[in-house]
Amino acid sequence: MDSPKPSDDDHIHSESFLHELMRKQLKLSVACACAFLVALLGMPLLNYFAPELMAKRVGGFTLSWLILGVLFFPFVWIISFTFIRKSIAQEDAEVRDAEAVKQVGRSAGGQGRD
Amino acid sequence: MPLLAAIDPWILSFSAITVLVTVWMGFRSAKTSKSASDFFVAGRSVGVGMNASAISGEYLSAASFMGVAGMVMSSGYDALWYPVCYACGYLFLLLFIAGPLRRFGAYTIPDFAEGRYDSPLFRKIAVIFVLFIGFFYTMPQMKGAGVTLAYIFPGLPYWVGVVLVGAVITLNVALGGMKGITLVQAFQYWAKMFAISVPVFVLMAVYGGYGKQLQANFTADVRSMVSEGSSDVYSSAKAHDDIRRKELSDKAPKDQTWLSPFGPLTTKATKAAKIEGEAARPYSLLYTYSLIIALVCGTAGLPHILVRFYTNPDGVAAKKTTMWVMILIGIFYVFPPVFGVMGRNLFPELYNGVGAKGTDKIVLELPRLLNEKYGVLGSVLSGITCAGAFAAFMSTFSGLLVSMTGALAHDVYGRILRPKSTPDERMRMFKWCAVLIGAMAVLLGSFVEKLEINFMVGQAFAIAAASYFPLLFMSVWWRGMTLKGAAAGMLTGGFLSVIAISLTSVTTLAAGTDALAQSLSMFKPLIAFFAEHPLLRILCEQPAIWAVPLAITLMVVVSKLTRREVPPDIRMKMLVLHAPEKLGLKQEYIQEHQAGPGH
Repeated sequence: MDSPKPSDDDHIHSESFLHELMRKQLKLSVACACAFLVALLGMPLLNYFAPELMAKRVGGFTLSWLILGVLFFPFVWIISFTFIRKSIAQEDAEVRDAEAVKQVGRSAGGQGRD
Repeated sequence: MPLLAAIDPWILSFSAITVLVTVWMGFRSAKTSKSASDFFVAGRSVGVGMNASAISGEYLSAASFMGVAGMVMSSGYDALWYPVCYACGYLFLLLFIAGPLRRFGAYTIPDFAEGRYDSPLFRKIAVIFVLFIGFFYTMPQMKGAGVTLAYIFPGLPYWVGVVLVGAVITLNVALGGMKGITLVQAFQYWAKMFAISVPVFVLMAVYGGYGKQLQANFTADVRSMVSEGSSDVYSSAKAHDDIRRKELSDKAPKDQTWLSPFGPLTTKATKAAKIEGEAARPYSLLYTYSLIIALVCGTAGLPHILVRFYTNPDGVAAKKTTMWVMILIGIFYVFPPVFGVMGRNLFPELYNGVGAKGTDKIVLELPRLLNEKYGVLGSVLSGITCAGAFAAFMSTFSGLLVSMTGALAHDVYGRILRPKSTPDERMRMFKWCAVLIGAMAVLLGSFVEKLEINFMVGQAFAIAAASYFPLLFMSVWWRGMTLKGAAAGMLTGGFLSVIAISLTSVTTLAAGTDALAQSLSMFKPLIAFFAEHPLLRILCEQPAIWAVPLAITLMVVVSKLTRREVPPDIRMKMLVLHAPEKLGLKQEYIQEHQAGPGH
């Protein structure tokens, strides 16, 4: 692969494209992870600092048991549903953008864009 | 023939059918799928629903089916972290690791290690932990087998069950190579789901619902606090709630500690050190956090989980599959704790038993209570849960055996010891390796009767969390990682956790007066040491809280020191990991790789 790459591909191979790509993905993943971790790591803290509240009875369960044993699962489903929808949309946008840049690159007569 | 007379024909026949079907499916699937690539290609032709069922079926082991219920019964609230984190670990996998690895096209973690660092050597190093995590994961499956057989054949020693089931599966794998066929695994999920949910619904209809059963604990406890040690606490609770409740023995934890957070599971170390009440709570909090980290990060680092992300036609289908997996396993995990809660009220006799006669068999035995009221219904339902248990430990054990044997025969023998061996020699070696690993798993399994199933699986997760998780996470998101950094972090984190975990498990086994404890008597001083240092004991029993950060720190530091060794085409690798598959960078990468100097 000694031959220089066609310039219209350069955008995809550029440092800025990769940087932007990873930044966007990491941002989405970290946002979802934060929502999840606040709940997951917050539970022991609530148990620790507000034991009376967490021991309140709800339909026979203690509040803490109800949240962890039952309600936590749907909560995680909501987060993963949100993540999956957004990440699919994000990928589609990335493909669209990359293709649009290719078009622009061609019409500009193969100017490198980095 | 007192042994035969005590056998329940319903339970025996349901279990026998499950064993026969599993073994038969193993041989059949070995005929239809000859190679690893067949397995992956076959997966690509199935839909999202089928694939999600298959992933879930593969994931739910004896720990999920028997262990969670047993541990909720023995330890109460704290044990709920296990099912929750088993399910939530998948979210972490989805958020950070599944997508990039799928794009990279690495089927297993050793594949990824080799591809990311262009190093066949690193593959050989990485493969070690397939064996370590595998053995720690097979031990609880073996215990599940021993417990279930000791239940079906009353009087049968624990180890006989372990040897029998171990031998059957090992033979099956060695002769046929039980491959993970999608249809079989998908069927396994629904079989386990049926086997855990139907008995729960019937039991709840007869003895009172989930909430009511929990309330029985609550009421009794409040009353015991009011009437200070009065002996008719339980009968008055019964009159109040119309929940039948048998008297708890002294070995059972008290209602208050069982029902509230920071109970028996997290206070083992402080109890031994005679730290009680408020002073013990910070230790319990630390234990809880370390456990959470181990379980959530560990899921992402389990060797056999990632493979199935590739059995989808494209990235979108893979993501939808993950969504369904989380729903399927989430629904499943609501049920086992119900067994634990009901077991405490209806079957407290199990608190007196140890090992195979302890709480780990509550899922199997509880439905039989229905015999008192409805004739054989209890036996039929107990037969169904036994069948589910067989499905759980047989499928997980055979899956682990295949991947561990593959690692040993393919990587260690085929690439390290005898790189020039012929395919025939390797095939023969695969069989011998299967027998060797099967025998080793049986041997280890017969020692661990005293450890809880769920606890042991948690330990396997902790090792995965400290070795493979940092490797995957950092390699995917940080381009500055070098081979030396990755290896240093993975090996240090992984080995230190193996040692720490083994130290605490050995002290548990060395306590007591049985033959095994006597043969481990050289570890007795360690018991006293841990009693004096509860903090050290917690950090050894649940090492994730220090081992995961340690591994990641080492990776960063060593990679910075060896900065020059970052793979030269790192930008391209990162692009393949992160750019949408539609841009076709993977193909380009492969072409470049083939054009460049081969390795």
